Amino acid sequence: MSLRATHRDAGQVTVVDLSGRIVLGDGSALLRKTIRGLLEDQRKNILLNLADVDYIDSSGIGELVSAFTAVKNQSGDMKLLHLTKKVRDLLQITKLYTVFDVFTDESTALRSFS
Amino acid sequence: MVPDNKHLEITLETQVESVNLAEEMCLRVAEAAGFGEDDCYRIGMSVREGVINAFHYGNQERPEKKIHLAVDITPEKLIIHVLDEGQGFRLADVPDPLAEENLLSTSGRGIFLMRAFMDEFDVVPGRTGGAEIVMSKKLPPPGGGSTNGQGGQDASPHQGA
Repeated sequence: MSLRATHRDAGQVTVVDLSGRIVLGDGSALLRKTIRGLLEDQRKNILLNLADVDYIDSSGIGELVSAFTAVKNQSGDMKLLHLTKKVRDLLQITKLYTVFDVFTDESTALRSFS
Repeated sequence: MVPDNKHLEITLETQVESVNLAEEMCLRVAEAAGFGEDDCYRIGMSVREGVINAFHYGNQERPEKKIHLAVDITPEKLIIHVLDEGQGFRLADVPDPLAEENLLSTSGRGIFLMRAFMDEFDVVPGRTGGAEIVMSKKLPPPGGGSTNGQGGQDASPHQGA
């Protein structure tokens, strides 16, 4: 299943709802394009909702890290919401779980940006 | 009794689509061999990473080069070979993606994931001069169904990068 991305504004935060697979090719490219577009629009507080992302490969992990770094470099913040078990396990074994702020509740995640 | 070995091989183009094709093919083989959902996920991911490695690092994304994928099923295990036509590399030269200075690297986790998800993993010089990734996973016990639990390992990496 290819990746789909939609975004919605929640105050100063943009929530990006992703579904599908973040993998080498179109999936990683779409995530990159989405984050770049938001940064160009000065939307620098980004919450990635990964509830419907059940698969990420090393290219997808790299794209998440790249997005995180790009947002931070513009003095913004990018956090993760609703990790599936597979994605959480993947971030844990790669030690990235401690790098990203991860939330299981959207309202708590949104408040954390203020 | 003659061991019931099976062998399957395919030559793939150096293109992104080959990654999905290889994953799908190996997933079918793994499912037919009796692996459960979690182990199939680990095997599929490892094949993806092996082919991505061949596509990007080995063959440098050059379309005239090929990626050679082979799957062997022995009575004991599923063995996957991914051979590229690049310059080869030494495992010892691969940076550790868990090192503090590499945590925010945007690449370099493929080898780590294959090591974490498979029971055995090695890189040897290939017959074409490139690198050959050889990795295996023990077959689930006969009649025991899937190994949906930890599959003989805890998804933590084997030692090394």
